[in-house]
Amino acid sequence: MSTRGERLVNHAVLAVFAVIAVFPMIGIVTQALRLPGLDFSTFGTAWREGHFATYLRNSVIVTSITVVVSATLSIMAGYALGTMRFRGATAVFLLFLAGLTIPTETIVVPLYFDLRSMGLDNTYAGLILPQVAMSVAFGTFWMRAYFRSVPRSLLEAARIDGASSWTTLWRVLVPIGRPAILTMLLLTTMWTWNEFLLPLVIINSDEALRTAPLGLSFFQGSHKTDYPLLMAGALIIAAPVVIVYVFLQRQFIAGMLSGAIKE
Amino acid sequence: MTTVARRKTPKSGTGSAGPGAVRRPGRAEVTRSPGEPRRLGWLYVLPALLVYGGFLLWPLVRGAQFSLYDWDGLGTAEWAGLSNYTGIWTDPALRGAFGHLLILVVFYAVLPCCIAFVLVAVMSRTKIRGLVFFRTVLFLPQVVAMVAVAVAWQWVYSADGPVNTVLGWLHDLGLPDWRRGWLGDFTFALPAVGLVGTWVGIGLALVLFLAGVQKIPRELYEAARIDGAGPVREFFAVTLPGLRRELAVALTLTTIMAIRNFDLIYMATAGGPGNSTKVPAYEVYNRTFNTGEVGLGCAIGITLAVLAFAATAGIGRLVEGKGA
Repeated sequence: MSTRGERLVNHAVLAVFAVIAVFPMIGIVTQALRLPGLDFSTFGTAWREGHFATYLRNSVIVTSITVVVSATLSIMAGYALGTMRFRGATAVFLLFLAGLTIPTETIVVPLYFDLRSMGLDNTYAGLILPQVAMSVAFGTFWMRAYFRSVPRSLLEAARIDGASSWTTLWRVLVPIGRPAILTMLLLTTMWTWNEFLLPLVIINSDEALRTAPLGLSFFQGSHKTDYPLLMAGALIIAAPVVIVYVFLQRQFIAGMLSGAIKE
Repeated sequence: MTTVARRKTPKSGTGSAGPGAVRRPGRAEVTRSPGEPRRLGWLYVLPALLVYGGFLLWPLVRGAQFSLYDWDGLGTAEWAGLSNYTGIWTDPALRGAFGHLLILVVFYAVLPCCIAFVLVAVMSRTKIRGLVFFRTVLFLPQVVAMVAVAVAWQWVYSADGPVNTVLGWLHDLGLPDWRRGWLGDFTFALPAVGLVGTWVGIGLALVLFLAGVQKIPRELYEAARIDGAGPVREFFAVTLPGLRRELAVALTLTTIMAIRNFDLIYMATAGGPGNSTKVPAYEVYNRTFNTGEVGLGCAIGITLAVLAFAATAGIGRLVEGKGA
C-alpha cells in the first residue's frame, strides 16, 4: 500500500523539521562546549561567574518542595473529588478548573505586594507557596480524572477488608496510580523549574536566593553579547529538565497535550 | 497511540463534570459508601483548597481590586473606577501592545497549525519508522526553559549569527544585502520574535496531527477514492474534519503560549526597539515596576486572564462546532 517513495517523503519531512527543532539547541551545545574540540573552559567560566551552583541549588530546593507538597495535596483533593460525594464537590472542582487558565502575569503583581507586606518576598516560601497553588489546580484536576477511572469494586474491596479511606488511598490507589502520578510530577517539576516571572518579581534583592532561570537573566545582563558564555549558562539551566524529558518523553507529551482540556 | 489514549482519560472526566446529565443513571454508584462521614471529602480537599485559595484566587481578587485604583505602589491609592481599563484602549502604546499580541497569535498559533497541516497532507498515512524519536525531537522546544530559548535565538538573530551568515552568502551570490540586527530592527523585531513562537509551536501541532491522522478510519479514505476525490479534495473532505479535535487542542495551547510570552520578550527585546515588541504580558511588569502604574498593570493582567479564558473556552467550540 505504501510505496518506497511515500515513505521517503515522510521521513524527509520529519527529518527537516527535526533539524529545525534542534538547531538552536545544537547552537547552544556547540558554542558552550566549543565543539568539536570539546573544551570545558567556557563552561567552567560561566559556572563560576554566573554563580550557577548556588542558583541550581535554589532551583532544586524550590522545585522539590513545590512538587512534593503540591502532589500530596493534589492526590488528596483529587481522591475526594473523584471518589466521594459531598455537598459543594462540583463547585470546588469548577473552582480548581478555573485556575488552570489563569496566567502568572495576572497574579504576580498582587502577589508581590501582599507577600512583601507579609515579609515573604526574598524567601523560599514566597516562591514555593504560589507555585504550589498553581500546580495544585492542574494536579487536582489530573488526579481526579485518575481516581474516577479506578473501578468502584476496588474501593469496595478495600473497604470490606477494613481499610479506612486514608489507608485505601495511600496503600491501594496511589501504588496502582503511579503512571498518572509520575506524569503529574514531571509536569510540575518542569513548570516550577522553568518559571521565570515569579522569581524575577519575588526575589528582587537577595541574590543568594535566585533560581536558575533568574540567574541566567542576570548573567545575560552582565555578558550582553558574549554568546559562547551565555550559551553555557543556557545549557546549565536547561539541561536538567531536558535530560529527564529524554528518558520520560512519553509521560511528558501525554501530560502536556492533556493541558488543553481546560474547557 | 499512547498520547491520545492518555489524553482521553481526563477528557471524559471533564465531560461529566458539568451538570452531570449524561451520567445520571450511574450516579447511584458514585455515592459515598455506607458509613463514610459526609464531611470527610472536605477534609481531603481542604489543604489544597487553602493554598490554592490563598495564593491564587486571593491574588486574583486583589488584582481585580488594584485594577480599580490609581496607585504608584508607594503612596496612597486613589479610586479610579474603570479608567484603567478604558486606558488600555486610549493609551496608544497599550493598544499597540494588544495589536502586537494579535500578530503574535498568528505567528504562535495560526502559522504552526497551517504548516503542520500542509506537512500532514503531504505525508502519506503509512507507519512511520522512528516515530518515537521524531516525536521526542519535535516536542523538545516545549520543555526547554523559555529563558534559555531566548538566549539561543538571540544568537541565531545576532549580527554574526546563522541567519545573517546565510544572508551574507546570498548577498555574495548577487542578491541584495538583507543582513541586519533582527531583534533591534523596528520593522523586523516583532516578526523575529513571532518566528520563535512558530518554531515552538510547529512540533506540538505536528505531533498532535500525526497522532490524529492515524486514528481516521481507512475506509473513509477508500470511500473518498472511490468517489473520485483527488488528494486535495481528500484532504478537505476527510483529513481536515478528522483532525478537528487535534486542531482545537493545538490552537488552544499555542494561543495561550502567545498570551503568556513574558519570558521571551523580557529576555530578547525588553519590548524594544521603541515600543515595537511591547506585548500585554510584558506591560503588566513594565507598568507596575518601571513606570509605577500598578492599577494599570493589574488591569492588563485581568484582561489577559479574560483573554486566556476566552481562548480556552472559545477555540474548542469554534473549531469543533456544536454537533461535533
